[in-house]
Amino acid sequence: MWGAILIAAAGCYALKLAGLSVPQRVLDAPRLQRVALLLPVALLAALISVQTFGEGVDARAAGLGAAVVALALRAPFLVVVASAAAVTALLRLAL
Amino acid sequence: MRPIVRDALGVGVAVGALGLSFGALAVSSGLSPAQACALSLLMFTGASQFAFVGLIGGGAAAAVATALALGGRNALYGLRLAPHLGHRGLAAHLVIDESAAMAVRDTPADTRLGFWSTGLAVFGFWNLATLIGALAGNAISDPSAFGLDAAAPAAFLALLAPRLQGREPQAIAALAVVAALVAVPLVPAGGPVMVAAAVAMVVALARGGEGAGGFGRPVAGEGAGTCGGSPAGLGGA
Repeated sequence: MWGAILIAAAGCYALKLAGLSVPQRVLDAPRLQRVALLLPVALLAALISVQTFGEGVDARAAGLGAAVVALALRAPFLVVVASAAAVTALLRLAL
Repeated sequence: MRPIVRDALGVGVAVGALGLSFGALAVSSGLSPAQACALSLLMFTGASQFAFVGLIGGGAAAAVATALALGGRNALYGLRLAPHLGHRGLAAHLVIDESAAMAVRDTPADTRLGFWSTGLAVFGFWNLATLIGALAGNAISDPSAFGLDAAAPAAFLALLAPRLQGREPQAIAALAVVAALVAVPLVPAGGPVMVAAAVAMVVALARGGEGAGGFGRPVAGEGAGTCGGSPAGLGGA
């Protein structure tokens, strides 16, 4: 067990380090600059959809809806996060 | 306290608390509390950790392979973070979904602050929660009862929203959502985000090749202009 834990942990660290270790001159290429600009949008959108709907539609969908409403009302960041958690929790309690 | 740091602590508490689930699940999967804590301290990437303890009963090879497949996402985050972060050896350990997302800022200084404050906050709370969850086992209630599993997507949405001005980012975001959700049943967990990123990047590059007349060009200006201070503004609003 310990062997598997250490190998997997070392591998995960190596992956993190690999991304950070790409040379600056590669990152400076215009095409990669363009990717770097749009990548966060794609990654955030994908993460949101997978973490909310990846296991089907459940209470988290309502929580995300609450976050949308909070954002539209220009609520502070932590209020957006807390309202999503609260609505999700309340819906789970109710169901 | 700087709004970015305050927001980072909030994300750290909400996401870190899910470590309770991880600790309890790890112990019920046959790991010792020390092994559960070692995973959170050394692997420190939630999705890989959950997959590892979920699969370890069926053999070490599948558990290790899936943890690494899931960890591939973090290499992608590093590409964007690389120009901004020093102390690479230490920074690398903290490259996870939440730290990468909270580092989506408009200035290098805010990017660094968002990354380090979120990475350290999640690291602290995640490890503390793992220890408590591993020792208490199923005696404590499931943090998802408090809706904490909805906290991260909401935080990511707050970071994404100010970047959706203009047709191209909107199109990329929509494409990423569709690609990720289509990929969910087709590839292992963690894969959908990478599939979505790959599809979005290919399309962005293809459009970028259209030249100055295409819709691709104004994006550089958009990045510098309309996003100015927006995420921080959300925090301070």
